[in-house]
Amino acid sequence: MEKIRLTIDGMEAVVEKGTTILDAAKSIGVPIPTLCYFEGLNDIGACRVCVVEIEGEPKLNAACNALCEEGMVIRTNSRRVRKAREVNLKLILSKHDGFCPACNRNGNCKLQSLAEQFNIYHIPYERTVLKTRWDTTLPFIRREGKCISCMRCIEVCDKIQGINVWDLIGTGSHARVGVNQGLSINEAGCAMCGQCVTHCPVGALIERDDTDKLLDAVESSEKIVVAQVAPAVRAAWGDALGLPPELATEKRMAAAMRRMGVDYVFDTNFTADLTIMEEGSEFIERMTHPGEYKMPMFTSCCPGWVRFVKLHYPEYVNNLSTAKSPQQMFGAVAKSYFAEKIGKKPEDIFCVSIMPCTAKKYECDVPEVNDASDKDVDMVLTTREFGRIIKELNIDPFNLPEEEFDSPLGSGTGAAVIFGATGGVMEAALRSAYYLITGENVDADAFSDVRGLYGWRDATFRAGDIDVRVAVASGLANARELLEKIKAGEVEYDFVEVMACPGGCAGGGGQPIKDGQELAEERKERLYDIDRKNSLRRSHENPDVLALYDEYLEKPLSHRSHELLHTRQEDWSI
Amino acid sequence: MSQVRIIRPSEADKIMKNLYGDLSRRLEGSPTGNCPVEMTSAFLKLCLAQSCGKCVPCRVGLDKLSAIYDRILDGNGQMGDLDLIEETARSIADSADCAIGFEGAKLVLDGFLAFREDYEAHIRKNMCAARVSEIPCMAACPTHVDIPGYISCVQAGKYDDAIRIIRRQNPFPSVCGLVCEHPCENYCRRQLVDDAVNIRGLKRVAVEKAGVVAPPECVASTGKKVAVIGGGPSGLTAAYYLSLLGHKVKVFDQRDRLGGMLRYGIPPYRLPNEWLDKDINAILSTGVEFETGVSVGKDIRLEDIRKEYDSIYIGIGAQAASSLGIEGEDADGVMSAVEILRMIGDGERPDFSGKNVVVVGGGNVAMDATRTSLRLGAESVVCAYRRRIQDMTAQAEEIEGAMAEGAEIMSLMAPVKIEVDENNHVKSMLLQKQVTGPVDRGRPSVRNADEDVTVIPADIVIVAIGQSIDSDAMAQVGIPTRRNRIVANLAAEVTDMEGVFAGGDCVFGPETVIRAIEAGKVAAVTIDEYLGGNGRVAMPAERVAASYKFTPACGRVNMTERIASERKEDFDLMEYCMSDEETAQECSRCLRCDHFGLGKRKEAGL
Repeated sequence: MEKIRLTIDGMEAVVEKGTTILDAAKSIGVPIPTLCYFEGLNDIGACRVCVVEIEGEPKLNAACNALCEEGMVIRTNSRRVRKAREVNLKLILSKHDGFCPACNRNGNCKLQSLAEQFNIYHIPYERTVLKTRWDTTLPFIRREGKCISCMRCIEVCDKIQGINVWDLIGTGSHARVGVNQGLSINEAGCAMCGQCVTHCPVGALIERDDTDKLLDAVESSEKIVVAQVAPAVRAAWGDALGLPPELATEKRMAAAMRRMGVDYVFDTNFTADLTIMEEGSEFIERMTHPGEYKMPMFTSCCPGWVRFVKLHYPEYVNNLSTAKSPQQMFGAVAKSYFAEKIGKKPEDIFCVSIMPCTAKKYECDVPEVNDASDKDVDMVLTTREFGRIIKELNIDPFNLPEEEFDSPLGSGTGAAVIFGATGGVMEAALRSAYYLITGENVDADAFSDVRGLYGWRDATFRAGDIDVRVAVASGLANARELLEKIKAGEVEYDFVEVMACPGGCAGGGGQPIKDGQELAEERKERLYDIDRKNSLRRSHENPDVLALYDEYLEKPLSHRSHELLHTRQEDWSI
Repeated sequence: MSQVRIIRPSEADKIMKNLYGDLSRRLEGSPTGNCPVEMTSAFLKLCLAQSCGKCVPCRVGLDKLSAIYDRILDGNGQMGDLDLIEETARSIADSADCAIGFEGAKLVLDGFLAFREDYEAHIRKNMCAARVSEIPCMAACPTHVDIPGYISCVQAGKYDDAIRIIRRQNPFPSVCGLVCEHPCENYCRRQLVDDAVNIRGLKRVAVEKAGVVAPPECVASTGKKVAVIGGGPSGLTAAYYLSLLGHKVKVFDQRDRLGGMLRYGIPPYRLPNEWLDKDINAILSTGVEFETGVSVGKDIRLEDIRKEYDSIYIGIGAQAASSLGIEGEDADGVMSAVEILRMIGDGERPDFSGKNVVVVGGGNVAMDATRTSLRLGAESVVCAYRRRIQDMTAQAEEIEGAMAEGAEIMSLMAPVKIEVDENNHVKSMLLQKQVTGPVDRGRPSVRNADEDVTVIPADIVIVAIGQSIDSDAMAQVGIPTRRNRIVANLAAEVTDMEGVFAGGDCVFGPETVIRAIEAGKVAAVTIDEYLGGNGRVAMPAERVAASYKFTPACGRVNMTERIASERKEDFDLMEYCMSDEETAQECSRCLRCDHFGLGKRKEAGL
């Protein structure tokens, strides 16, 4: 690779051709402030905060997208540069609803921290804050007045999710980010994945805050509050509280949940294992009855993906597994089997789930996946809201003890934990499918080929005399590419796992935000680590799940299983 | 002391004049897709700033209109505002005292009436459908060639890649490098700084410097067969892309050689045959077959072609000449420009020496006929045109070139009669002086002047007042036509004719080369989709990343030509290429709108 030498703030840098000034400066320890920039996603140079001086050039250039050239001399921190940044920040702030204390990005806002860094204490411009209506019952909310038109949401929805929900609307001073073609968000084919929320540098896109609803429920003595927590939350909850990974353990998380005042601390891992039993059995049924079912079978645990199929590829709806998601299976089991066990009626139980996801807030309201009662899952909190409740309750996470989950819905195997990473559902399903087909267990790591992070990948595994061709994708643009190839007959699979968010739930739209960072990779590693250390790594080995079948459901795909744990995908339209 | 003084322009006047100049360049270079409401609102403020403040309609009326625009743009408009705008603007246009007011109001009114739907969208949905074109030159080019892409390749000396980039959208880089009307330049953002980049000239540089560049690989054969009727720019473009898309393509043409109007309409001093053949050879090298010297409808039946091929593209162009309809037009020595240019295309060089030639018309074809006549040795060439020189549709450089070569333009002269001698041969041309008059549909109309007819001697009269379409053979086999034009939609589908597609001049009437290429490309995609494809084929080429370097205001390098007295003696190419020095400077003027501005969002998709 061709090397380029340049001078940045008097220091020499040697970089590869094609390196941006921003990256070159970073490589020699010179930080350049950025706002709209997001590595690998958005380098449009809109905010003009990362501008730098290049010797010989009449005007300043954006460091995020200007490429280094041999011999260039750059000043990243001159008075002229700082002045331009300051003025641009003031201009942005003049159109920003900067009532920071009343914003749930307070303290975690790129604009706020830049304003502090640039010592901005006064805006000399007239403040004009836009307002547009938004349906605040939706899982996520857009606040026009907070939007700084960085266009990251447009780019993430366009490039990563391939849906193009957002666009730049209008021109001149009236140009603003809005729903593509002026549609209502309900008409825009939105998967509700929340990637726009996690990529927003400010509080323009946020989840609907349901924390009060939970705090009201635990206060009321009428209901037994049962909480479930998704696999991927355990890999990320510490991020919301500044708790380092070694302290942010599963058991400390269980303690935090208990401190919220819930009566039972359970785990979605339990129903992740149950999902494998049902979905794995369904898969074998489909595989062994060619021609009777639509193939390949698609996973159905991710509501963003399910929405995407229903909205964008309705012809593939019956390829989706009929198995409900672990969240909804949990609600159904909690309000039937568990309610009976503790001698309560379904309506006596209030079920809250803590999810890495905004689409789960939508899913729990879908009537077709609520079968044990009117509402099997009463409410969903994102990992971020979970963190906020802990703060609001004045709990010091550093001083929490490690506590166990409650029984019987609090147990899970390693196979369940990896549901939180792309490829995990597939791997977990294969571990059990192998057993269900051959009657023997195979090494739990035998299917690790489906692990990975981005794009989509495929593999073929042999179980008995059956070859299983599988594909795994995360990120809906990848899913679209995969579907198009399936549609064109270019590829053929038996089983396909898709997670709407890049990297799977670890990178979910409800996870804690650290601006500018994609955290799916490191969170995924934490999940695989938990799996590795688990003594039980196959869903069919979960004793509590086996007990549930013994005592209540009889067997996978039984009549009762179908009633409680499955849905008819074609009935559930959007 | 004297009571009077010479008034010298003040420094302030000079600065303001410069600013007006900057602004008008900015307006001239406006990209496509601006919001009409937003722009009209801005015009309104400008008109208001020019108001002297005397009369009520202008001073108050324009201001109140402006306030209505502001609230509509802020999303606070109401439907009643639309009637209020119209009523107020009409009243100002009607009652303002001077042109500052009534012309300002007319500007608002015209825009309002034309774009009422946009106003309604703003009011009802606070929605603006306008999208400023991201890369203005690309948006303005009918074929959407990646112009910043190939200019950057020329700058980097990667001429082959420049040709590959052009061919992704347009298989005629050589032709367009010489004769494209370059609508791209009208929208070049560089006009905001100084003047448009000489895009066409840089394309010529790429062609001159590149070697023979092989077209990309065709996709695997689809087994489908497509017949292309007409071997002009539209038909050959369709053939090229269809061939790349894996179809077996055969082109039928009535002339001896391929190229259509490129060979038989554009004289070789503007487009030499070798240049044309370079593009045609590349197109044929993708496996396109052809049969020339066959006239569909005469030598070969369209029904038979339909039976043999899975699809047909009709791109027969506009080959027939329009006539003047005046006495003497059938005399010996009267010919159409189409005829003489066709002869030139066939390599014939009739001897005009000693002849007085009169060309009638004001378009580019009239200029071609004029300059061709000079090259054929004519004693004198007069181009008679009924309107003023600035009303001519010919490009300014063509008119100037013709004049420099010794042709005389007689403007405001309408032909009334061709006089003949005893052998029915042209003797003279009678022209009626015209007076320019009221503006009608955008340009001044003319009427006969109250003066006697002028008689000028003529041995040859060339009629160059337009072309029409010879579509009889098509109509006879049921292809729908309307006023000789084949009826096809904007996707090139011929109404009610399964598998038959048409485009270019035979559908839209005589237009530019680049428009014909656009039609051929659109047809290729439509036909591929019709045949079960997705219209996509990989055409690899390497782009060059944008540099941060900005060239401050700098003159545009224009093309130069061989001196008039020399070039008019032959049919050799008259235009010089840019030098390396000029090329480097001109490339550096490109603002890389694919990287700066909203084009950055598109960059990855190029």
